[in-house]
Amino acid sequence: MIRHEYDAVIVGAGGSGLYAALEASRTARTAVVSKLYPSRSHTGAAQGGIGAALGNVEEDKPEWHAFDTVKGGDYLVDQQAAKILAEEAVRAVYDLENRGLPFSRTEDGRIAQRRFGGHTRNFGESAVHRSCYAADRTGHMILQTLYQQCIKNEVSFYDEFQAIDIIMDGNRVTGLLALELATGELHLFTSKAVLFATGGFGRMFRITSNAYANTGDGPALLARAGIPLEDMEFFQFHPTGILGMGILITEGVRGEGGILRNRHGTRFMEEYAPTLLDLAPRDMVSRAIMTEISRGNGVRGDRKIDDYVMLDATHLGRDVVYEKIPDIADFCKTYLAIDPAEKPMPVQPTAHYAMGGIPTNVDGQVTTGAVTYEGLYAAGECACVSVHGANRLGTNSLVDLVVFGRRAGRHVAEYVKNASMPSIPPGGEERGVKKIERLRDGRKGPHVGPFYEKMQETMMAKVGVYRNAGPMSEAVDEIRRLREEYRDVRTEDSSSAFNSDILGILELENLLDLSLVTAASALNRTESRGAHSREDYPERDDPNWLKHTLAGLDGADVTIDYKDVDVSIWKPKPRTY
Amino acid sequence: MTVHLDIERFNPEADRASHVQRYTLDVEPTDRVLDALTTINRNVDGTLTFRRSCAHGVCGSDAMVINGKEALACKTLIQDVAESDGATITIAPARHMEVQRDLMVKQDTFFANYRAVKPFFIADEAKPAPQKEYLQSVEERSVFDDPTKCILCGACYSACPVIDKNPSFIGPAAIVQAARFVFDSREKGIEARLDILDRPDGVWACENHFECTRVCPRDIKVTKMINFTKREIKKLREARGEQTNDGGAAT
Ligand SMILES: Cc1cc2nc3c(=O)[nH]c(=O)nc-3n(C[C@H](O)[C@H](O)[C@H](O)COP(=O)(O)OP(=O)(O)OC[C@H]3O[C@@H](n4cnc5c(N)ncnc54)[C@H](O)[C@@H]3O)c2cc1C
Ligand code: SF4
Ligand code: FES
Repeated sequence: MIRHEYDAVIVGAGGSGLYAALEASRTARTAVVSKLYPSRSHTGAAQGGIGAALGNVEEDKPEWHAFDTVKGGDYLVDQQAAKILAEEAVRAVYDLENRGLPFSRTEDGRIAQRRFGGHTRNFGESAVHRSCYAADRTGHMILQTLYQQCIKNEVSFYDEFQAIDIIMDGNRVTGLLALELATGELHLFTSKAVLFATGGFGRMFRITSNAYANTGDGPALLARAGIPLEDMEFFQFHPTGILGMGILITEGVRGEGGILRNRHGTRFMEEYAPTLLDLAPRDMVSRAIMTEISRGNGVRGDRKIDDYVMLDATHLGRDVVYEKIPDIADFCKTYLAIDPAEKPMPVQPTAHYAMGGIPTNVDGQVTTGAVTYEGLYAAGECACVSVHGANRLGTNSLVDLVVFGRRAGRHVAEYVKNASMPSIPPGGEERGVKKIERLRDGRKGPHVGPFYEKMQETMMAKVGVYRNAGPMSEAVDEIRRLREEYRDVRTEDSSSAFNSDILGILELENLLDLSLVTAASALNRTESRGAHSREDYPERDDPNWLKHTLAGLDGADVTIDYKDVDVSIWKPKPRTY
Repeated sequence: MTVHLDIERFNPEADRASHVQRYTLDVEPTDRVLDALTTINRNVDGTLTFRRSCAHGVCGSDAMVINGKEALACKTLIQDVAESDGATITIAPARHMEVQRDLMVKQDTFFANYRAVKPFFIADEAKPAPQKEYLQSVEERSVFDDPTKCILCGACYSACPVIDKNPSFIGPAAIVQAARFVFDSREKGIEARLDILDRPDGVWACENHFECTRVCPRDIKVTKMINFTKREIKKLREARGEQTNDGGAAT
């Protein structure tokens, strides 16, 4: 085992981890540990834009942005946090531009902005141009810009190191255990602060826009260390994934004027969201698609959950398609042999974004409200501040990364100034070490493929866009069974160097654990709110359920607790668009 | 359909030299080559090693040589490389980089060259007022759009014939990354990167083979960017009354 000592260790090198690293490394000895080479993080896949009320195209205000965020999240958003998000978004976008980010431009040379779902002027009047974009490669540009800045500032990176365990001493963090891909060696990092920025976990579902690497490692290993996860029942299905593959077609296509149509060519969103139409929030559009399918209006018309609808961008003209959404055109040509300037795109909802995750406050500190874990931080998609509540608006994740990544990084820098270097409690690393030894004990076990398939099928079919008690409890049982069988899995690969087999096995464990927490949390919440939509409880139930879930992992069981929602600015109202 | 994948394998802990292993699989013509590799890894042979993440051509993890040509496994469909049932697809690791294991290659030099061109923004003018952007016209922005797309996959580096004979050439991707800044109107541009680019092993080593342009999965006009950069260097040197440091290549 190789030992290191740092003031701060940041796990993850996507937008949130890199921003936090830039801030923390100004004063603290900081290491960034990432299982992927930084520029391959999934932030690079983000397409449509980053929301900020710059008002470059039309009048806009952070207050409107904050309100849209709260309403979009079906009032499960912590409102002061949403206010911070919207206000600091403006500074953050200018900051990125000033660090070189190549945004697309308006005619007068300023940062270009487009419309996006759920973002409105004057508290819901009509769609507003708020999403700042660089064609349909906004995330790529953010990731590149932040990584470039890290190179400039000589931040220390441990690339292709996979974090496998967190080591706590009571409620205080003491260190992190990671496995180095190149050598198979374990590294023990003693650190005053550890910040998780490990991204999403859409790979628990069959159809997803998420990368293979999005396996929820941070939340899973914290859950196993006894830290509860917040609002895990809220998982966003983006309405427009490429049929059968889940690759994302950005909402920016509809922002530029694209229209969803059913098999009869009808613009069905007129029925579901008369004001915002195709630019209604994602949960609503995904439900509208599934309802159309169940009515037999999908393109195949067989009412099966894998039927699909069409996204039509042909009327936008070739110039708009190739200038504003060139990568989308490229994906359609590569994977579907369709040119979106000529033919509509076949789309279906795709598992996209985790609203829930590691519970934090607005400074990135991990806290349940009752207990704050000393030196432990989280930011980005793996964290739950909560600014997204029950449903995230498009463009608000990239804002979340830079606003709360920065705040968390700053807080870390302050915290480590006065904190002493912890010592790893005797035997603290044993749990992780034993796990690796067991996986490598030379016994023969089943392949992981069937586990992935079963888990992803189960979650997609039973904990998807529409939910019911029966199927969800079947899902809980099924996942429990898979977790049991998982104990027999062993690495087939006995080499130490570049053993990706063992990493995939560890990722599967993380996904199974998070699937269990997600399914159990969903079964527990007997109402419909945002992305959590139950046919057996179709209404939102504020008297009983205007609260965050805190779900803990306890062996084969999930324990449930709650936390208040901050509704100090706007009173919850019915949500129509 | 059924296809054979002939995959070049190498494990430094066990093998002296690489060898080809054949896997035979049932696949859909519209599957990605990456899907086939993943199926092998998860259901057939857990020791098969490769990098991947995004699965749709935006992260740059899985450049390899498929049927003799550099490509991303996730952006190559089976039907693009297998004509009919029973066809054989050959898969080898990217070239010009040491094989770590199977399809994983060591990219240290590739990334070191990338870092050497100072791939970060060096502002030309004073910062704009707080809470404001640098102004840049639509045209100025479009001039350097192409190089902003680079995902550092290394396909161009693998395909470049110059690197066969001159491993010190910084390679196409590093120049593309430099061009991203050189042609940004907000930037200091070529000046800050003159040392590294204007050398015999810098831009001048390029012989216009166009292989990089042919294989780039982001459709970047790589060779064109290199030639633009050469021109920019000449312009600056001429303005200063200096010679380019091309070791005789530019004549
Ligand atoms: C296709 C797509 C398009 C999107 N478009 C938009 C958009 O237009 N606007 C918007 O606001 N949002 C968008 N989103 C959402 C947004 O991009 C993501 O939520 C966000 O980028 C996540 O960033 P992150 O920093 O939290 O994590 P990521 O960028 O996913 O990075 C995670 C990091 O953690 C590391 N890591 C993970 N596990 C471990 C481990 N065990 N050990 C060490 N390191 C680890 C990885 O190596 C990686 O560096 C989109 C998402 C997708 C999938
Ligand atoms: S220029 Fe193209 S081929 Fe070369 S690294 Fe960049 S994206 Fe890959
Ligand atoms: S897996 Fe990301 S480019 Fe192929």
